Parts: sequence; C-alpha cells; structure tokens
Amino acid sequence: MSQLQEVSVDQYRHLVSERALTGETMLLNMGPQHPSTHGVLRLLLELDGETVISCIPDVGFLHTGVEKNMEAKTYQKAEVMTDRLDYMNTMGNNLAYVMAVEKLVDLDVPVRAQALRVILSELQRIASHLVWLGTSGLDLAAMSMFLYCFREREQILDIFELVSGQRMMTTYIRPGGVWRDVPVEFEKAVRDFIKIFPRRIDEYETLLTNNPLFLDRMLGIGKLDAATALSHSVTGPMLRASGVNWDLRKARPYMGYEQYDFNVPVHTEGDTYARYLVRVQELRESLKIVEQALNKLPLGPVRSDNRKFVPPPRSEIGTSMEALIHHFKLWTEGFPAPKASIYSAVESPRGELGVFLEGDGGPKPYRVHMRTPSFDNLSPLSKMVKGHLVADLVAILASTDIVLGDIDR
Amino acid sequence: MGVEQKLGNMGVVTTTLENVVNWGRTNAMWPMLFGLACCAIEMMSAQSSSYDMSRFGMELMRASPRQSDLMIVAGRVSRKMAPVLRRLYDQMPEPKWVIAMGDCASCGGVFNNYAILQGVDEVVPVDVYVAGCPPRPEALIHGVMTLYEKVKADKFVPTQEK
Amino acid sequence: MEAKLEPIVKALQAKFGGSFEEFRGEVHYFVQPAQIVEALTLLRDQHQFELLSAQTAVDYWPQTSPRFHVIYQLSSLAQNITFQLRVPVNGDSPTVPTAAGVFDSANWRERELLDMFGIQFEGHPDPRRILMPEDSDGHPLRKDYPLGYEEPQFTFNFEDIDLRKPYAKE
Repeated sequence: MSQLQEVSVDQYRHLVSERALTGETMLLNMGPQHPSTHGVLRLLLELDGETVISCIPDVGFLHTGVEKNMEAKTYQKAEVMTDRLDYMNTMGNNLAYVMAVEKLVDLDVPVRAQALRVILSELQRIASHLVWLGTSGLDLAAMSMFLYCFREREQILDIFELVSGQRMMTTYIRPGGVWRDVPVEFEKAVRDFIKIFPRRIDEYETLLTNNPLFLDRMLGIGKLDAATALSHSVTGPMLRASGVNWDLRKARPYMGYEQYDFNVPVHTEGDTYARYLVRVQELRESLKIVEQALNKLPLGPVRSDNRKFVPPPRSEIGTSMEALIHHFKLWTEGFPAPKASIYSAVESPRGELGVFLEGDGGPKPYRVHMRTPSFDNLSPLSKMVKGHLVADLVAILASTDIVLGDIDR
Repeated sequence: MGVEQKLGNMGVVTTTLENVVNWGRTNAMWPMLFGLACCAIEMMSAQSSSYDMSRFGMELMRASPRQSDLMIVAGRVSRKMAPVLRRLYDQMPEPKWVIAMGDCASCGGVFNNYAILQGVDEVVPVDVYVAGCPPRPEALIHGVMTLYEKVKADKFVPTQEK
Repeated sequence: MEAKLEPIVKALQAKFGGSFEEFRGEVHYFVQPAQIVEALTLLRDQHQFELLSAQTAVDYWPQTSPRFHVIYQLSSLAQNITFQLRVPVNGDSPTVPTAAGVFDSANWRERELLDMFGIQFEGHPDPRRILMPEDSDGHPLRKDYPLGYEEPQFTFNFEDIDLRKPYAKE
C-alpha cells in the first residue's frame, strides 16, 4: 500500500499562478471523497476568495488495471472487464469491445442480433442520461430529480434483468451476436416503457428547463468553444453542445443505425445549459430509435453460426459430436485472432468509445486499449472553470458527465 | 403502537442500557456518502424511490466522515485509494462499522491484478460482507439488516478474553 | 485502400518516406520519432484531421528495436475518415517529442503513456504520473511487469491464506 503524501506547492509550481507561491491565493483540496465529484476524483483548486484561479484534476483513484488484466484473458472472457469500466454504460461497452473483436476476426452478426443490440444500447443511453440528470440535479439542490430519474431507471434495469439476468453487469452482447434470444415478455416491457417515458421527460423539463433557479446556475457557465473542445478530443454531448455536429451513429453507422430516423441535437452556446439541453433531447431521440427498432425487429437467429468463434446452442451439444468439440475448444482455449491491430469506435452516452485491439495470432489479445470518452472530456475542465465560483465548478463538473471508472480504467 | 403499549399503568419501561443504546444506534445509523465504483450506483438505487433505505433510519448520507457511523465501501479499492480510505475510516468517530459492498471490496472480485486491493479488509476491519457484482439494492439492505443484528448483540461489559 | 486516404498517404510519403500497412480498410503509417510533430501538424492543417481520437502504445518486449509502437489515431470530421500513425521507439530510453503542442488532448494521454509504459515525451509541459500513485515503481502495461495475481481464497485453501492475509486492525 502506498502512503498518503503531503502535498507541497512546489510540486505544482508549473500549474498554479505566481500568487499561490506567495500565499496570496489559497490552495484547496477537493476530493477524492466529495459528494459532488461523482466518484473518486480529486481536484486541487487555487482560489482567490470564491473564484477559481486554476484547477488541477488528479485522477487514478479508481485505476483498475483493466487493460493489463484483459491481456491475460481470452477474447470472450475479457469481455466481463468491459462492463465494469464505464458502469453507467455496460451494454455500450460490451458493444464497443465486441464490435472490435468482430472486426478483428471478421465475423458477421445476424440482423436480429443487430437490432437487439441497438435497442439495448439505446435503453442504456437513456439509463445513463437519467443517472446524469438525477445526480446533477442533486448537485444543484434539485433533490426530487434524483428520485424521479431513478424511478424510470429501475424500469430499464428490469428490462436488462429480463434479458440477461443481471441489472448492471450484463455481458449480454457477445462476439457474433447476443447471449440468447430475448424472452417473450421483452416486447411488452419495452413497449410499456416507450408509452410511459415521453410524459416523464415532459415532467423533468417542467421541473428544470425553464426553472429560473436552475437557469441562474447553468446559463453562461463553463463555456467551451468548438476549437478548444476539438483540440482536447472532447466528444459526445459535450462536443455537440459546443456546436459541432458529430455523432458516430450518423457519421459511421454501425449495427444498422442508418435504417433509423433520428436527429442529432446540436446547440452552439457551449455552456452547461446547452449540455443539459443536448442530453435531454437525446433522451427523446433514443426513445425514437428504440421504438423504430422494436417495430421492425426481424425474426431469425441471434448468433452467428460460425462455429469457429461462436459456441453452438445448448440443444446441439447433446446430439452433435462436432458441436461438443467446438464448445469445448471455445471455452477452454478460445479462438485465435490474426496478428494485426484494429481500432473501432461507437458512440457511448459520453462520446466516442473506441477500442484499440491488437492480436498476436493466439487466443488472447496482445494489447487492448480502451479510448474512453470521459478521460478526454475531463481534460479541458481547468479551462472551463477558470474565473468561475466554486459553486459553479460543481455545476460544470456535473455537466461533463464523467464516470471515474471510465477515466481511470 | 410501539412503546406506548408496553408502558403499563406506571408510564415506566424497564430495560437494560445496552438494549436502549443499541436500539438507538441501529435506528439512526448514518452511512457516509462515499461511492467508489459500480456498487455506488446500486447504493444510490437503494437510497432512491424504489428501495428507500430511509425506512431503516438511513436517509441521511453524511458527506463528512466526522458525522457518520457506517462506511459502505461500495466498489473496488485501488492501491492509490487505499490510504485515503484508511484516513477516512480513522476520521470516523467511535463506534463505527464497515460494510464491504460487492465482490471487489470483499475479495478483489474479477480484478486480480497489480492495481486493486484484494479485499478491503486489508485496510479497514470489515463487519459485513455483501456478495454480488454489483449486489442488488435488496442485498445491500440485507447486509445492513445483518449489521443491525450484530449491533443489537453488542455487549457493553468487556468479555473475559479482552 | 479507401480513395480519400490515398492523397494523404502520398503526401506523407513525399515528405517523410516511410512505409504503411493496411488491415480491414485501416491504414497504419509509420513515421520516425523525430518526424511525428511535423506529421501531426501536416495532417491537422492540410488534411483536416481535427480530432486525435486516441493515443496509445504497444510493447513488443522482448524485442528491443523497436520495442514500442506509439500509436496516434486521428479522425477527420470533415472527411469522415480515420488514419493511424505509428512511431516505432527503441527499448533503451524510449523518447518521443511531445504532441501536446499540436493537440491539447495529447497532454494527458502522454502522461498516461509515461505512467504506463515509461515512454518519455520530450518537451512535455507536465511530466507527472497520472493514474498510478506518485511513489509507485515500474510501468504496469509493459510486458515485463507482472500482472500481480494473488491466489484466491477457496474452501480448500481457506486456512492457508487466512493465516498470511494482512488483515487490518481497528
């Protein structure tokens, strides 16, 4: 166990202003245990009274060694690690990793599985935005938002539990398809949600969108212009709130996103309120995608029948010798992937979730790198908070929608 | 209802100090608002409308360790976080309890590597372990109830071996 | 190769020489460490690669020259294409010029590479560890760094591990 260290101002000499060295401004530590840092983020603030002069984020308190650990597992088994990276977006993480594996070994996915992946990852996007809305409401003292948002989130988690048996760490999306077909109750559960949810979004908007207290805290706070955002590789709703129309679902459609009709909300102000608006509008757009995908959910298999990469269905193992051998080989050895590298990215609720995957011809990945959006979305924080009050820092941090598991990996 | 039924004619209840104090401790146990990873989200679910942990006198999550009785270690503890966790524990006033929520806090879970502590019991003494990855909110509430049983059985008189 | 990528590869080859490889439609272009800043600037300013999507490295230990590949994954929003630059780095004192002057996001990414792989970035404005504790030794994502696996406790070895596990005191 490493020891707690005393921090001296000398260590941060190059990051703080001259006045901190003379003691004219105050250095204040915020976190890693703090109610509004959304996890274990530590911020070192240089304050002049209530005004933030500079902000030095310190991450890594949740460093999990996921990338190293994945190198020690086969391609299928490494997938359980991806769930636990960005724990608000488990389905989306599965999807990103599985798509990378499929690209590396060149594996096709049946259309039904593609549609199911779209439905589930969009539901996950809604769930993730709900947690964001609830917790950022809580940060701005809107306690009821938290209670309302978690009520709807439970409904989505129930759907996940229905299809995968787990509320959060689903590992439902597997290489070559999904784990198994959805149960018959699935359609009704999703339809119930589609029916009830638009009114619930209206309810949230009544509470927040035109609420003068909320507007006072959000309007014009934490501005980020498009050029800075791009240079910091900011993606997702944060980039779209700064006026750049960039959504991987539209730009490089995957899993049949091109068939669905949806808009990408873009705002140009680049402040925390614009980020709020983008995310709330995305709730409606995601719901549109879920509805369309459910309406034309095709019938058919949910797993590829390429037995070199995808285990055979349980029913076949009892009757077919070959199926038994394939099953045994896949779960003891895994499947080999070519000695090459690929990069594949999906649009997660936070931005571009990319997976860099390099194989060495064996059944284990040689190197996995998760390009996680929160890591880059946090990096311009020090520029966004400069000159704002400490209370605004909380609003700005909430609007970036960071997940520490996503940053620290 | 409640204590009035036991009052009798005299308006007096006889009990032991242990019972009263332990009853008080269990019915207003304030957990620290301290989430680490995935389990923290389920801990928030347990606090939210569907599960409502305030039924057990736990609606107040204290952000300061100085005001809390219970530390719920919700999530994986990295080696960088471990000394911070210990300091937070040291700052809590006596009596204090720890729940290791989830597999990662209990034993390292799926992360058996250089970065993650293999069980938070290497840093702080744990009273109740809750299994699951992450545990459902019901499981956390069950863990809390188990802790209540433990607290209610606390003896004030030091036992022989101590 | 995709038609939009051809002029970019040609422009890079005219300026830096160097080779490229192709896999599943992705182009990986190799440049020398000394050329990387110029190459990134060229791609950003003349070929509209506004976004440094990812920056990472791969360790090919026990191979020593080159031991690492530093990888720059670029995206162009205007043209909707991606492009990868790879910089081979030798194992003894791996050093690459910093890209923090070209893309701001490289600042934290390079701190991560310094932390995880021990690759030094010349001219980096803030060369500190980012994820691991400041006082830790070694660079975890190197292939010669152990995973740090500890034996899990099961029923059959419960006693063994219970005896040597460093339980915390009150």
